[in-house]
Amino acid sequence: MKYVDEYRSGAEARRFIAAIRRVVTRPWSIMEVCGGQTHAIVRFGIEELLPPEVSLLHGPGCPVCVTPCEILDQALALAGRPEVTFCSYGDMLRVPGSDGDLFTVKAKGGDVRVVYSALDALALARQNPAREVVFLAVGFETTAPAHAMAAHRARIDRVRNFSLLVSHVLVPPALAAILSASDRRVDGFLAAGHVCTIMGTDEYERLARDYGVPIVVTGFEPLDLLQGIHMCLRQLEEGRAVVTNQYERAVGPRGNEAARRLLHEVFEVVPRRWRGLGELPASGLALRPSFAAFDATLRFGMSAGAAAEPAECISGLVLQGRKRPTDCPAFGTRCTPDSPVGATMVSAEGACAAYFRYRPRSARDVV
Amino acid sequence: MSSDRERLASACPTQHPPSTVQLAHGGGGRRMRQLIEGVFLPAFANPTLLARHDSAVVDVVPDVTSRGRVALTTDSYVVKPLFFPGGDIGRLAVFGTVNDLAMAGARPLHLTAAFILEEGLALAALRRIVESMRDAATEAGVAIVTGDTKVVDRGKGDGVFITTTGVGLVPPGVDIGPHRVQPGDAVLVSGDLGRHGIAVLSVREGLAFASPIESDCAALASCVAALLAAGVTLHCLRDLTRGGLAAALNEIAMDANVGVLLDEPAIPVSEPVRGACELLGLDPLHVACEGRMTLMVPAASVERALATLGSGAARIGQVVEAHPRVVVLKTGLGGSHTLDLLAGEQLPRIC
Repeated sequence: MKYVDEYRSGAEARRFIAAIRRVVTRPWSIMEVCGGQTHAIVRFGIEELLPPEVSLLHGPGCPVCVTPCEILDQALALAGRPEVTFCSYGDMLRVPGSDGDLFTVKAKGGDVRVVYSALDALALARQNPAREVVFLAVGFETTAPAHAMAAHRARIDRVRNFSLLVSHVLVPPALAAILSASDRRVDGFLAAGHVCTIMGTDEYERLARDYGVPIVVTGFEPLDLLQGIHMCLRQLEEGRAVVTNQYERAVGPRGNEAARRLLHEVFEVVPRRWRGLGELPASGLALRPSFAAFDATLRFGMSAGAAAEPAECISGLVLQGRKRPTDCPAFGTRCTPDSPVGATMVSAEGACAAYFRYRPRSARDVV
Repeated sequence: MSSDRERLASACPTQHPPSTVQLAHGGGGRRMRQLIEGVFLPAFANPTLLARHDSAVVDVVPDVTSRGRVALTTDSYVVKPLFFPGGDIGRLAVFGTVNDLAMAGARPLHLTAAFILEEGLALAALRRIVESMRDAATEAGVAIVTGDTKVVDRGKGDGVFITTTGVGLVPPGVDIGPHRVQPGDAVLVSGDLGRHGIAVLSVREGLAFASPIESDCAALASCVAALLAAGVTLHCLRDLTRGGLAAALNEIAMDANVGVLLDEPAIPVSEPVRGACELLGLDPLHVACEGRMTLMVPAASVERALATLGSGAARIGQVVEAHPRVVVLKTGLGGSHTLDLLAGEQLPRIC
């Protein structure tokens, strides 16, 4: 397949692995930020190709994992209302709230639909004027512009039966929280390429400077990841800490300015609770007051009750790279994708779910 | 007034036959007879069915030269949409059951078919499905010898649900199943993976791909017969339906208490299916097929098996003693990971 196979070539991978072996002289821990990168690392078995000095830590960039329980509870409540057609991306349907998941609501008769885009949900609203169509808008800076576009269009076209349940989160504040921890284990980051296609690299320059950490904007294919790891290791070995861009074919320094303008028009930066990480200041996006008419929580008078995280779950520590999935006593026993206890086991991109599904060599003996 | 009109309407048969399935079509009366005589009997016509007895009475051993054991299987078919590129629920209902018989090495002989129809289904659609079943049965060399029809209220079914039961004959000496799988066996597939699942998904979700993907829905019985005739030793066969290759191999690994080691680059997946899977965040190894099987054969039979199966078939791995009950995939990069059963259906990812 063009533009994919090139980035999965075994021969090229061996070249990068040899280069990585040549550059490494001592142990380093590198965190890949995005759940898509974690998924690719585990799926292609990249960890076992690396020299033992290199540890990969799996970061907080799984939108499904970090969506807080209270948002899911609101989603379940909305989806259960008879007048509501509730639209979501597929992998949110199995995420447990305090009492069941969206599949459970669907089984009880709720009108729950899987959509591929917020604009599909908007189209449903247009086709069904008698229904209240609600879209669950979660994710990082990658998905936010498309959701902003749906709100923008809905306002221009005066679509009155469309609203968004918003729980957007931003990557840089989460990285700052990880870097501020007293027992920080992360030496360098592979930043999420798709987030940077929107946001550019400016925000990361500050992080690299303030925390003295190299950041390599990296893609999602195996060769992207190997090259990103190589670029990060070179900086670490040379004692440098700057932002470099492995994913130049998609990311420019200024990002996508049209998308950012739209983001700014529709959303404002707010404090946000993260599943597993708690509340982080200025770490999320919410609809601006001028878009209040499209805010599902206001339209349906929802209050944001706080929901407790399961005490046993260490997903907060996993998301910060302080623990590995296999360090958890519940991993693969009480906590599996069939009955997840916590955030990182629920989505295909969560580190625990990826470890369970693909069981890399390090996890094969555990379950 | 209106109740009078209703009474009159039921007392006097309407001039024009209805164009949709009605509850009366399952009521045991005239309408049901019309449905059976107008739709099912002409399509499936064979002496056993036309005898119109409560049971079909058949010879299990069709001629004096045939011997063997009887294979029996049953399966229900629910699919949305009823018609999709490369097939429809009728073809699935025939081929699926025929294929289950074939996986035991059986020659399929007879099918039964039970229909649960939803009130309001267009009779034209039902006719199309039934005719498609007729063609599929002819193609697979089986006769549909008895059947049943029920009608449920509108909203209580998805147009039509079909259950087929199959009877086949396993030739003497043929013994195929997980119990015969042993370390050292080669793992083959009969063709490329994932076409059916992506074809159905593309219609269901209104996804238009530049190159349309057609279902791989097909009968495998003649293929199995050809393998047996060519003298291939077949240890185990499994058709790849729900859950795809991953589910089939995990089931066999668990049933046979062996490990399976796959070579990812050797697994055939067509470009359009790979592209669609990349786009949707799906893994083609978990996507359903309806006309593909995986085969476990001793090393000595590999070449003959591949030659008989034709150009789409491939050797994709082997049965190993290590990691019993686990399927491990060696990636093109040289790394490896477990190929697990999924919790449920694959769900498209956010990004």
